[in-house]
Amino acid sequence: MAASAKSPGHRDAAVGAPLPHDSAHLHVTGRASYTDDLPEPRGLLHLAVGMSSVPHARLGAIDLSEVRSSPGVVDVCVAADVAGENNCGPIVHDDPIFAVDEVLYAGQSLFAVAAVTVDAARKAVRRAKVEYDELEAILDPLSAVEKKSFVLPSETLVRGDPDAALAAAPHRVSRRVYVGGQDQFYLEGHVAMAIPQDDNGLLIYSSTQHPDEVQALVAHATKRRSSDVTVICRRMGGAFGGKESQAALIACVAAVASDKTGQPCKLRLDRDDDMIMTGKRHDFVIDYDVGFDDTGRILGIDFEMASRCGMSADLSGPVNDRAMFSCDNAYFLENVRILSHRCKTNTVSNTAFRGFGGPQGMFGIEYAIEDIARHLGKDPLLVRRRNFYGKTERNVTQYLQTVEDNIIDDIFDQLLASSDYESRRAEIQAFNRNSNILKRGIAITPVKFGISFTNTLLNQAGALVHVYKDGTVQLNHGGTEMGQGLYIKVAQVVADEFQIDLDRIRIMATDTSKVPNASATAASSGADMNGMAAKKAAGKIRARMTEFAASHFSVPEADIEWKNNGVRAGDTELSFTELVQLAWANRVPLSATGFYKTPKINYDRSTFSGRPFFYFAYGAAVTEVIVDTLTGENRTLRVDILHDCGASLNPAVDLGQIEGGYVQGVGWLTTEELVWNDRGQLATHAPSTYKIPTCSDLAPDFRVEIMQSVANTEDTIYRSKAVGEPPLMLALSAFHAIRDAIASDRNPMPDLRAPATPESILNALGTDTA
Amino acid sequence: MTDRNTVRFVLDGEIVEIRDVDPTRTVLQYLREDLGRKGSKEGCAEGDCGACTVVIAELVDGERLGVRAINSCIQFLPTLDGKELITIESLSPNEALHPAQDAMIRNHGSQCGFCTPGFVMSLYALYETNKNPGRRDIDDALAGNLCRCTGYRPIIEAATQMYAAQSPASSDRSRLLSKLKRKTSLQVEHNGRHFFAPLDADELAGLVKRYPDATILAGGTDIGLWVTKQHRELDIVIYTGRVAGLQAVDVTDSHIDIGAAATLSDAVPTIVKHYPGLDEMFRRFASPPIRNAGTLGGNIANGSPIGDSMAALMVLDTTLVLRCGDAEREVPLRDFYHDYMVNDLQSGEILLRIKVPLPKSDVVVRSHKWSKRFDQDISAVCTAYRLQLDGSVVASFSMACGGLAATVRPAPNTEAAINGQEWNEATIESACKALATDFSPITDMRASADIRLRATQNLLRRFFAETVDDRLVTVYNYGR
Repeated sequence: MAASAKSPGHRDAAVGAPLPHDSAHLHVTGRASYTDDLPEPRGLLHLAVGMSSVPHARLGAIDLSEVRSSPGVVDVCVAADVAGENNCGPIVHDDPIFAVDEVLYAGQSLFAVAAVTVDAARKAVRRAKVEYDELEAILDPLSAVEKKSFVLPSETLVRGDPDAALAAAPHRVSRRVYVGGQDQFYLEGHVAMAIPQDDNGLLIYSSTQHPDEVQALVAHATKRRSSDVTVICRRMGGAFGGKESQAALIACVAAVASDKTGQPCKLRLDRDDDMIMTGKRHDFVIDYDVGFDDTGRILGIDFEMASRCGMSADLSGPVNDRAMFSCDNAYFLENVRILSHRCKTNTVSNTAFRGFGGPQGMFGIEYAIEDIARHLGKDPLLVRRRNFYGKTERNVTQYLQTVEDNIIDDIFDQLLASSDYESRRAEIQAFNRNSNILKRGIAITPVKFGISFTNTLLNQAGALVHVYKDGTVQLNHGGTEMGQGLYIKVAQVVADEFQIDLDRIRIMATDTSKVPNASATAASSGADMNGMAAKKAAGKIRARMTEFAASHFSVPEADIEWKNNGVRAGDTELSFTELVQLAWANRVPLSATGFYKTPKINYDRSTFSGRPFFYFAYGAAVTEVIVDTLTGENRTLRVDILHDCGASLNPAVDLGQIEGGYVQGVGWLTTEELVWNDRGQLATHAPSTYKIPTCSDLAPDFRVEIMQSVANTEDTIYRSKAVGEPPLMLALSAFHAIRDAIASDRNPMPDLRAPATPESILNALGTDTA
Repeated sequence: MTDRNTVRFVLDGEIVEIRDVDPTRTVLQYLREDLGRKGSKEGCAEGDCGACTVVIAELVDGERLGVRAINSCIQFLPTLDGKELITIESLSPNEALHPAQDAMIRNHGSQCGFCTPGFVMSLYALYETNKNPGRRDIDDALAGNLCRCTGYRPIIEAATQMYAAQSPASSDRSRLLSKLKRKTSLQVEHNGRHFFAPLDADELAGLVKRYPDATILAGGTDIGLWVTKQHRELDIVIYTGRVAGLQAVDVTDSHIDIGAAATLSDAVPTIVKHYPGLDEMFRRFASPPIRNAGTLGGNIANGSPIGDSMAALMVLDTTLVLRCGDAEREVPLRDFYHDYMVNDLQSGEILLRIKVPLPKSDVVVRSHKWSKRFDQDISAVCTAYRLQLDGSVVASFSMACGGLAATVRPAPNTEAAINGQEWNEATIESACKALATDFSPITDMRASADIRLRATQNLLRRFFAETVDDRLVTVYNYGR
């Protein structure tokens, strides 16, 4: 029974190891099953959705006779077929599953067709005849502000006395800046399959970041109790926020059709329909007026932000709140006013996307910082450092949270040295003096990003761990896997809790019947919360087994040591499996739940004050670009990133999040342009017209490091930090490097709009460049 | 006769025979829905994301083995006839991973994993065709695969490192493929819809004459979308991909002779060899899976106003050989397009060959593609120029543009403003004014009208700058 000194069961700690994604071997062989890959039940019907072609209209007659008679069609669903509430809006109930009376955007769902094949359903929806009595459409945020068209009331946050500070400031710059939206462009489009179950139960396979919300909204729509609906998601082919609230519409349509036909139904959106029908990152127009002294220190700043929320509220409230929280980025704003308009437009309802308003908030302040520097003729680096939060003073945010974990100066020190910023900047300036057409630019930008859902109640998570008699483990928690590596990170935590090898742990699909009431896997919080919940669940079982072993072998609990896939109880050594079997035989419960709620946080939305964030994650990036001033074409040449993950749970996964987040952010700010035509229709609804970065867009010199030796000052899971969203905003350095490249003595503060497409750059350069 | 309507191809070392196949069923639908091989994914169904990438092996011209990645989402099933289909499931039949798969795991090349099978297939094609790729080769090989998670660095790393592993035993593809040779052409009939794959030019010409309203299918990189996106039913499809000699690329004393069914991958290297100034445009033309299926003839005959090849081919004075029944005629490409998607082809007539004149030694030829993204983007503007100087005076100058009008077409006023003038900035500036009279572009999602014109004028200025300073590279080549 006793293991030898050199135990074959020796194991290294899983936490902190750069382990591959738990499904990597499935990904590369094509064996990872996504929702559309699951075996299809007999009698499965395929759905397609009929969409509005106009942005705003009274809805007249919908003639579906030709749809019904189309080959392969089994049934058609309209609003009247929704037994319960015709809504899939998560917070405000203003998102109909099928439009009634009025359509509010081009692409809004009107009806669904159930047919025997995907093709038959998609062909049939095109045969509908819909009468529209068109109404005036509001197609951009500024028009909405003018017409006072808002999905939610405007909000204002004021700290200090911004008016007096601005009036007294020796220098002042004001500007209107534009930053575009962004499609999530997950490679796997939205899909849900509804399968009727015994006794009015309904099983939904959904590609969603928020199974609990899909469960609740399907229950409401189909007049069921939540307990009658089970939602399962093993993995998503990317999500990025786009499958948080947006998955509900797809699941609700599948559920309604399944109820009506009595058959299993699957809705998988075609890429174009997905892009037309589902929400994206909000585009913002931000006006700022900033006053500062000769050193570039900000004395007062006034922001007015207008965002395109689209036709309904969706998550626009918290998205815009986070924009307000993030418009300090890493800078102390003593006197600040932020006015935030949540504009109602006749376009698709915008939603969560990695950063959740944070990137847009930071876009405003970083632009202002750059303008201050250019106005004063200083390196923007100096102005950034001049305005950074302090460690002991100048360390309170505009929402009155004290910044207690500030490491931005340390990150800048390290990155400036490793990137050789100063000498490269000088070299670039020399290059530009001798180059008329090609111009290079460089910028360093910081990120400070608050971690937690700003709605405090969402900061809770549950887990369920089972240990089986053969010494294997099933791990369930409420977090979903969208590629971010959450499952492997949580499994690493559980493996170390039991001191067992990872291959004993089977990671189960996220399932509302295993862990109830789970928050969305969002706000970068997945590993923080689910890791902690799973640790507690496993810890409970371990504690029971420890107690049992102490009693069984008559040794003090302190003499029970867990290591190397086994346990030493005094002089006795057992394998993990042996102890499990012994515990089972002695009727020790080997299953447990774990629950975690983030401590210390509180927030009063009525005063915009409190501690919404448990802690902050930090990072910085230096990007160098080259721009062709004749064509506006540009290229990233070198990127240096230093990012803070606390004590990383899995450095390989975290590196992937940093690199991928940066590149996705660069896409947002450069090539990814959403264009609506004057009919209010999205013109960029496929990868042929909507351009996310490709392989060749990656800088030839790309250096990314995780900040070493900076454990989280807060007691997070193994002192790690969240890493999902913060790196996206490192891409602001790419945007400002482009602006740096095209700034000139004649035009020192070019009016560059994001995304910085070649067209945008040519516009910023002005017409008299050549 | 049973042979005539049976599609035969190799899959996992076996010959698969399918009868009664829907002519426009895509390879991806067949894999996922008929075979339950779910490893290949649908990301866009238009050949732009690469999640569906599979590899095709075939004997080109009956002998040379070609191994190429294509987009299965827009490839029609009958076009597999005579070829080998290699999918993600084919790569590791006995649990042993292919080096590309192994390198992807070791380098953390997958996150969500949905794009991964497509990337692995593109890496596999690279592995089979290039044993020592540089970063640029890797970028090019992966240009048709989108990843939204990783930012590509670990995938590039995997592409670099996959050669370190033991290379798997390669099967003798040619043996099975040679068994698929046809004596009679494939003729599929399904619910009154037809698919013909003629084996020689006479048969092709006869079919086109007999069915003048038929859809002529070459690479299918546009026609595939008619089916997957527009849900059109194509009653009669005539496929040019099996016509003997039509894929040939020959160089004669006076010109490059390109068969209408030659893929871009086959045709472009020869053109670029003679006109290196076209390299960057052709490198950025679509993506490898599209260039491996799509044909130069298809690009020309389709005649999209944003087609990339035609501006360059126009300034090279390319001639098209058209055939109707037994009669052949030649038309200069400059005169081929009449209006938006209207060309000079008569009823029952087909494009047979493309004749690109060989360069005179003192001619400068360049093409500029202007788009939001470097790789696999549709041009907002595509320009091409051919310049011949006599001392400092322009002996001959041609310019053509795509993206500025209903067809790709020459810029006659600009040409007139330059021909016979001194090749200097003043001439270019007056030519830029003339350019504004040549075109009245429109605003769309790719660019607005005024910026299109301004960009085109600046591209002409850039061409001038390139001719006076050969160190002036594009941003895409800077530092490489």
